Amino acid sequence: MIDISESVMQFLLAFIVVGPLIGAAAALLPAPPGLKGKSPDQAVLRHGVTVTGAILAAAIVLALGFDHDQPSKMQATTDISWIPALDVRIHLGTDGISLPLLVLTALLTFLCALYSYFKMPEGPSPKAFVALLLVLEGGTLATFAVLDLLLFFLAFETVLIPMYFLIARWGGAGRRPAAWKFILYTLLGSVVMLLGLLLVGLQAGTFDMLALATDNGRGLTLSVQVLAVLAIGIGLAVKTPMWPLHSWLPDAHTAAPTVGSVLLAGVLLKMGTYGFVRIVLPIAPDGMQVFAPYLAAFAVVGVIYGSLACLALARPGSKGDLKRLIAYSSVGHMGFVLLGIATMTPTGVNGALFANIAHGLITGLLFFLAGAVKDRYGTADLDTLAGATGAALYGRAPRLGGLLAFAAVASLGLPGLAGFWGEMLALFGAFDPADGLSRPAFLTFMAIGGLGTLLTAAYVLVVVRRVCMGGPRPAGEARLADVQGYEFAAWTPLVALTVLAGLWPAVLLGLTDPAVQKLLSGGKA
Amino acid sequence: MTLAAAPQALVAPVVQSVDWLAIAPPTITAVAALLILVADLFVAERRKAFLGYAAIASLVVAVVSLLPLRKADRATFCLTTAPDVCSYTADRFTLVIQFLVLGGALVTALISVTETRRRLPAGEYWFLLLSSAAGAALLPAARDLATLVVALEVASLPAFALVGLRRGNRMSSEAALKFFLSSVTATAVMLLGVSFVYATTGSLHLTRIASRMEDVPGQLDTLAQAGVALTLVGFAFKTAAVPFHFWVPDTYVGAPLPVAAYLSVIGKAVGFSGLILVTVIAFPAHADVWGPAIAVLAALTMTAGNVAAVRQSPTRANSAVRLLAWSSVGQAGYLLVPIAAAAWSGDVRIGSTVAYALMYAVVNLGAFAVVALVARTKPLNRISDYRGLYATRPVTALVLGFFLLCLAGLPPGIIGLFAKVAVFSAAVDAGLGWLAVVMGVNVVIALYYYLQWTAQLFRAPQEAPEAASEAAPARRRAPALVTTAIALTAAAGVVLSGWPQLVLRFAAVDLF
Repeated sequence: MIDISESVMQFLLAFIVVGPLIGAAAALLPAPPGLKGKSPDQAVLRHGVTVTGAILAAAIVLALGFDHDQPSKMQATTDISWIPALDVRIHLGTDGISLPLLVLTALLTFLCALYSYFKMPEGPSPKAFVALLLVLEGGTLATFAVLDLLLFFLAFETVLIPMYFLIARWGGAGRRPAAWKFILYTLLGSVVMLLGLLLVGLQAGTFDMLALATDNGRGLTLSVQVLAVLAIGIGLAVKTPMWPLHSWLPDAHTAAPTVGSVLLAGVLLKMGTYGFVRIVLPIAPDGMQVFAPYLAAFAVVGVIYGSLACLALARPGSKGDLKRLIAYSSVGHMGFVLLGIATMTPTGVNGALFANIAHGLITGLLFFLAGAVKDRYGTADLDTLAGATGAALYGRAPRLGGLLAFAAVASLGLPGLAGFWGEMLALFGAFDPADGLSRPAFLTFMAIGGLGTLLTAAYVLVVVRRVCMGGPRPAGEARLADVQGYEFAAWTPLVALTVLAGLWPAVLLGLTDPAVQKLLSGGKA
Repeated sequence: MTLAAAPQALVAPVVQSVDWLAIAPPTITAVAALLILVADLFVAERRKAFLGYAAIASLVVAVVSLLPLRKADRATFCLTTAPDVCSYTADRFTLVIQFLVLGGALVTALISVTETRRRLPAGEYWFLLLSSAAGAALLPAARDLATLVVALEVASLPAFALVGLRRGNRMSSEAALKFFLSSVTATAVMLLGVSFVYATTGSLHLTRIASRMEDVPGQLDTLAQAGVALTLVGFAFKTAAVPFHFWVPDTYVGAPLPVAAYLSVIGKAVGFSGLILVTVIAFPAHADVWGPAIAVLAALTMTAGNVAAVRQSPTRANSAVRLLAWSSVGQAGYLLVPIAAAAWSGDVRIGSTVAYALMYAVVNLGAFAVVALVARTKPLNRISDYRGLYATRPVTALVLGFFLLCLAGLPPGIIGLFAKVAVFSAAVDAGLGWLAVVMGVNVVIALYYYLQWTAQLFRAPQEAPEAASEAAPARRRAPALVTTAIALTAAAGVVLSGWPQLVLRFAAVDLF
């Protein structure tokens, strides 16, 4: 949109990746004179807001400077040799697929830092909290920006330690086992993924994603591709998470602090689906063709399973936790994303990428709201919240209730909001899958997925009824604080973007579509 | 020299020529050991610390003496009849391992100085440490089986004494005895194997063995194979591979801490460099025998070590050292993987072992240095003693956390991650997929205990009253040399994390 020279773009992208890590190191040092603030805690939290704000600004400038006429071309690329012995290159770049994810990550992290500035989660010193948050941001942004398989693995692993500590230190009840489950599960997955990446890299003779994508799997035999897709796919499926490898997710989400849940759902899960699109689809298409029906089958089982789990949790008397419910709904939503990828068509993959972003916005907002409800009531247990008649949030805190209802219907995929397009396109892709995939099978998956949207609508409406509506409150009850200023500040961007993406999907699809076309056709187009 | 050159051309001299520059690193160390032993008799009791500084200085000189050798490969002690068959070679492999051994001994010496001041007899300690280091430095250069066995024994015999050096400590002498008995058995078995090999090939020189092994007469084939297998046993013991690993935890716990650090790094380096020499240089013809054997050994070793490490209770006395002991068994398993891979894909893959060993040496010595520092105020050495270390000594806690994550192979320990990637790629490249998967599972198991320890560092200290009473000794200043050791290893780890190519370049070149 605006003309920025290539070297500035390069610097911006490198700054986005490295900036948070430098900021994390700086957060551990004592504040310099003049920036001490009211107290050391306040100073370090402000440092977090400043750094994430700067990164967000850089990401926005990068998005503005991005050549929107050529979104399929890698832009702002840097390519430096780092470890010649292992053929690892610091190869950075962004295209229409990764740019929205970069901006989403920078935005969500900034909002989390802003939210924490006003409402620090219970736990030890904020110094470590800010440092870990920044390392997490650096790792996630690096995952979306790197174009080298081993560097991708490094970035993928970087988020593990900070997320472990965020859950284990600042989490709620049951945080320790949940944190262990999270890190051991994902590490096991990523080690298997490493084996697949090494297999691809050693057989093809390069670890460069662009070179491999241009080859489009021609340098790899079918058996190597099958093995590689299996290994890489398992690693990414744990992260996504795909049913039946999802069981770390509900515990981690329930135990994590609010900002941890927001980032986990909003950006960490996207690393898995992004890997499918960036690595598996273009680099090993023949292997993917073998596994696509299975992936689609697991995906729709995940959709149904997630919805049924949510329905069970939403039922009165089942002691369902609101955060756990949103976590299970994530399993369902990510099922749609995986279904879109499994179709191997431009429509399906575009839908998957759209649903990715939409899920990041909506579920991020939902976790913020669930955290706010939990802060006010002291519990996120639906039965305790709702009591006999319902929590009546509309009456007691109308703005909070309204926002919750908004996020909930966005989550069920109401047309006009962000949640709609991605899932519709994914189902559309399944209606007409790529050549070589069994159409009857995918039609069945589409029908099951369609049923899943109905179930989603059912549990979402149950939750809205139980939390937002309810009878008149007893006279002596303490008033609930409605939405505070800082909460508005943290949530408004998410609401606005949800509406924008719902009403004007072309703003995203225009970016992703050319890049997806290019990926699927082997770097030509 | 010019006069002697003329007759050499006519009649082969009986005496082999000696290239003093090439053999300088082990020689300097050995001579320094003897000088210190003699000097011990004449140095007054309160000046014993002087011996430690002398030992450190001699190790620094030995490390520096490696520098002029970098230009070209040198060989000495060659047969006068066949000048290309030599007993001592200073090629790239030799230099890297010698650097590892001497550098490791240097860090060990830095940790030991305060220890010798208080509890250990100084003269004997330095003599034994330097002798063992001299043997360990000789070993990678040895190119015949006799020199190899002699070097192995020179490295081990002082180590037994070092383990038992704590006077009046029953644990210490028991550990030494255990170590001694199992080691001697392994040596005896290995000598039997060496004699078989000699019987079948008629030579002790590794290159000659390699060429003659290819056409061993049919009736001697079984003998040759048995010889190969038995020779490997001795080195497997030194690397503490399964089933020769039971001595490790008791020996490490019984030994003085710096000695445990020394054994965990230099002891392993001795074992795997010997293993590399005999497998890759002497027995390439029998790759079908030792390849699968080492692969199975690697899988069993890493699994046994890591599973045992997970089972360590953090509140048991000495659990920190025990955990490091078992984890070193697990790490030995990773070190064996590229050697096994070399049976399928050629000896370039050996470099991954060397690169991994360099990484492991830096971070493991660093971890031991921190343990030595903490043991000064918390002599029980339990992992639970590390709870809240960040509150009292933030820098030490961060450094230890970094070392542990390097060992686990997760960011921010980038060098640990890429060293593991090098090992993994060796396995995948050789088609050893199953071994790579076993190793992957082990990496996850290992993460559990490394991260558990790391998490202890950053937890809130136990309770206030205890902390208050312990605050006084905790604030005592750390000894300068131990701090130097920690700083050196931490700086090396951080530099390597930013520039992994420094050690990983060995993974991509032919070292011999």
